[in-house]
Amino acid sequence: MKTTKAKSATAALEQSSAKASKPRYVLRLYVAGMTPRSARAIANIKEICEEHLKGSYDLHVIDIYQQPVLAQGDQIIAVPTLLKKLPLPLRRLIGDLSDRERVLIGLDLRPSG
Amino acid sequence: MKHSKSRNPSRKPRRSPVLLKAPTGIQGLDELTGGGLPKGRPTLLCGSAGCGKTLLAMEFLVRGAVEFGEPGVFMAFEENTEELAKNFASLGHDLKALVAQRRLVLEFVGVERSEIEETGEYDLEGLFVRLGHAIDSIGAKRVVLDTVETLFSGFSNTAILRAELRRLFRWLKDKGVTAIITGERGETSLTRYGLEEYVADCVILLDHRVEGQMATRRLRIVKYRGSTHGTSEYPFLIDEGGISVLPITSMGLTHQAGTERVSSGIVRLDAMMGGKGYYRGSSVLASGTAGTGKTSLAAHFALATAERGERCLWFAFEESQSQITRNMRSIGIDLEPAVRSGTLRFHAERPSVFGLEMHLVTIHKLVSQLRPRVVVIDPVTDFAALGSGAEIKAMLTRLVDFLKMQQITALFTSLTAGGTFTESTEVGVSSLMDTWLLLRDVQNGAERTRVMHVLKSRGMAHSNQVREFLLTDRGVELRDVYVGSSGALLTGSGRVVQEAQEKAQALVRGQEIGGRKRELERKQQALEAHIAALRAEFEVELAKAATTAAQDKTRTGVLDGDRVQMAHLRQADTAAAGKTRRRKQEDSP
Repeated sequence: MKTTKAKSATAALEQSSAKASKPRYVLRLYVAGMTPRSARAIANIKEICEEHLKGSYDLHVIDIYQQPVLAQGDQIIAVPTLLKKLPLPLRRLIGDLSDRERVLIGLDLRPSG
Repeated sequence: MKHSKSRNPSRKPRRSPVLLKAPTGIQGLDELTGGGLPKGRPTLLCGSAGCGKTLLAMEFLVRGAVEFGEPGVFMAFEENTEELAKNFASLGHDLKALVAQRRLVLEFVGVERSEIEETGEYDLEGLFVRLGHAIDSIGAKRVVLDTVETLFSGFSNTAILRAELRRLFRWLKDKGVTAIITGERGETSLTRYGLEEYVADCVILLDHRVEGQMATRRLRIVKYRGSTHGTSEYPFLIDEGGISVLPITSMGLTHQAGTERVSSGIVRLDAMMGGKGYYRGSSVLASGTAGTGKTSLAAHFALATAERGERCLWFAFEESQSQITRNMRSIGIDLEPAVRSGTLRFHAERPSVFGLEMHLVTIHKLVSQLRPRVVVIDPVTDFAALGSGAEIKAMLTRLVDFLKMQQITALFTSLTAGGTFTESTEVGVSSLMDTWLLLRDVQNGAERTRVMHVLKSRGMAHSNQVREFLLTDRGVELRDVYVGSSGALLTGSGRVVQEAQEKAQALVRGQEIGGRKRELERKQQALEAHIAALRAEFEVELAKAATTAAQDKTRTGVLDGDRVQMAHLRQADTAAAGKTRRRKQEDSP
C-alpha cells in the first residue's frame, strides 16, 4: 500500500476513479470511556461503514483511558476522533460523527465541493 | 518566624505557610517572586515570538528536576521532542538523559489543521488523558504547556476550546502540579486568545525590545496573586548558563558603610587619603583624558587586592586581557601571577555587543558567581554610546548600588574627552562616586606631563594638593609639584629644573651659613685671644699694683715711725695740740 504514494499522480487519479476496486480502509476510533457521546460516535461510524465500505474496512474502537500510549502515538487530542490511517492521506475526523456529509468527505467517499 | 514573614514576605525566599512556592532556580527570578512560582498552580508566561518563553519554561523544569527533585512534563505544541532536545543541548541541558532518568517527559502534541475534519461534538479529553498519563508515569510535580494556544489554529470551534482550556487549568490545579502555560503576546491583550482570563494566579510577561539597534530582553511580573513581587521591568540574559534575571529592586540606600580601608596600591595615593586608602565598599572614579594613566591606577589597585588575597574582577571594555597584562608589565606591574592564581579575573568584551542592561546583567551575574571584593570597570564611559544620559545614569546607579550592597569596592575609570581639564564626567556619574581621582595633562613648554589630585573623597580628610603622576618602570609614582614664579604648575623637566635650582640654592645657602659660622668662630677666637691678652695685662698690672701697695705700706710704716720719732723729739707738740682742742669744747655750751 505504501507504493500508492510513490505512484504518479495520474496513476493515483486512475486508482481513485476506479472506485470499484475499493481500497481497504483502516480506521481507528478513539473514544473516552462509554459516554453517550462515545456511543453515538460508535453507532454513527458503524452505520456509515456498513453502508459505504461493506467488507473492505477494519475498524478498531479504542478507549483512551485504557490505552493512553496509543493515544499519544496517534496524536489524539480531541475525542471522539476517527483516525483514517489508510488509505492515505491520513485524516482525523473529530466529533461524534453525526455530520454525515462531513464524515463522507473526510473519508474520501464523496468528492468535496 | 511567622511574624517576620507576615511583615516582610517579599524578602523571604522561604516558603510561606500561606502560599507555597516552587523555586525556579533561575537566578534573580526567585528573588523577584519571593521564592518562586505559586506551587500547585498554573502560571501564565506570555511574550512575543523569540523572547525566551520556551527557554524559561524549560529551565524551570530542568532545574526543578535536577536541583529540587521535582520531575516535570514538557508538553510541546510547536516543536517535536527531537528539536527540543537539540535546541536545549546547545544551552547545556541534556534533555534526553533526563528523560532516560525518568525525571523529565517530553510530550509533543501535533496539531495539523489540514488533517482535521470536524464532524460533531467533541472535547479535548485526549489531551487530558495524555497529560495525565505523562504526569503519572514519573510522578511529575511540574508541567509546562508550550504553547497551548496552538490548539486555536487546529480547531475551529473556539467555544469548545475555551471551555476546555478553562477545564484544563482547573484540572492542573486539582492535580496539584506547578504549571507554566506559555502564550503568544496579543495586540491588545496579554495573550492572543485571552488565556489570562483562565490563569489568574501569576502572570509573567517577557519582552524583547530593540532600542538603538540594541536588543534587550525584559521580564515583568504582571500579577502574582497572594504574594508581593517586584513590579518593574527587569532585564534578563540568556547565555550558555541559561537565564538570569537582574532584579533591580528599589534599593533604599541601606547599604552598610564600614570604616575598613583598602589600599589603593600606591603608597603616596594612600597618603593623600589619610594614609589608608579607599573605604571598603566605596565607589572610586578615576577620570581623565586619554593616556593619563587611568588603567595603570586600576592595575595598581587590582594588584594590591590580589596581594591581600582577595578576588578582583576586571571588566575591560577596550583592551583584551593579554593587552592589559602586557601594557602593565611595561610599567612594572605584573598581573600575570594574580591571573594564574585566580585572584584576578578579567572579563573583556566590546561594549557594543550588548545593550546597556545586558551589560548590567552580565556584571551582576559574574559578580554573583565569583564573589569578588573589588571590581574594576575600565572604562565606564564606553557605555555612553549605548543609551541616553538618563539611561546610563540609571544603569550605573543600579550597578553602584548593587556593588555597595555587596560591600565590593569598585573602581571606575572614565575617559574625559578633549585635552581640556574638566570636572564633569561624560556619563554624569560623579555624584554617585565616593572618591574621585582626577587625572589630567599639563603642558609645560614642549612637554606634557600628568598630574593627579583627589577631587573628592567622602568621609575622609584627603589631601588637596596636586601631585605629579609618573609612570615609571616600577609603576605609578606620585611626586610633589612646584608652582613656578608665573603661578603655573611645574612638572616633568620643569620640576626637575626647579628641583635642581632649589638644590643649588640650598647648597649656596649652606655654604653661606657655614662661612658665617666660621667667621663668627674666628671672631670669637680673636675676641677670646684679646680678652686673654687683656686679662694677662690686667694681671700684670694687678701684680704691679700689689707690689706698689706693699712698698707704700712699708714706706708709710717707715714714715709713721719717723713721725713718732720726730714728735718724740719735738715733745710738746702732740700734747699741746690736745689741750687746745679740749678747751675749745668747754667754751661752747
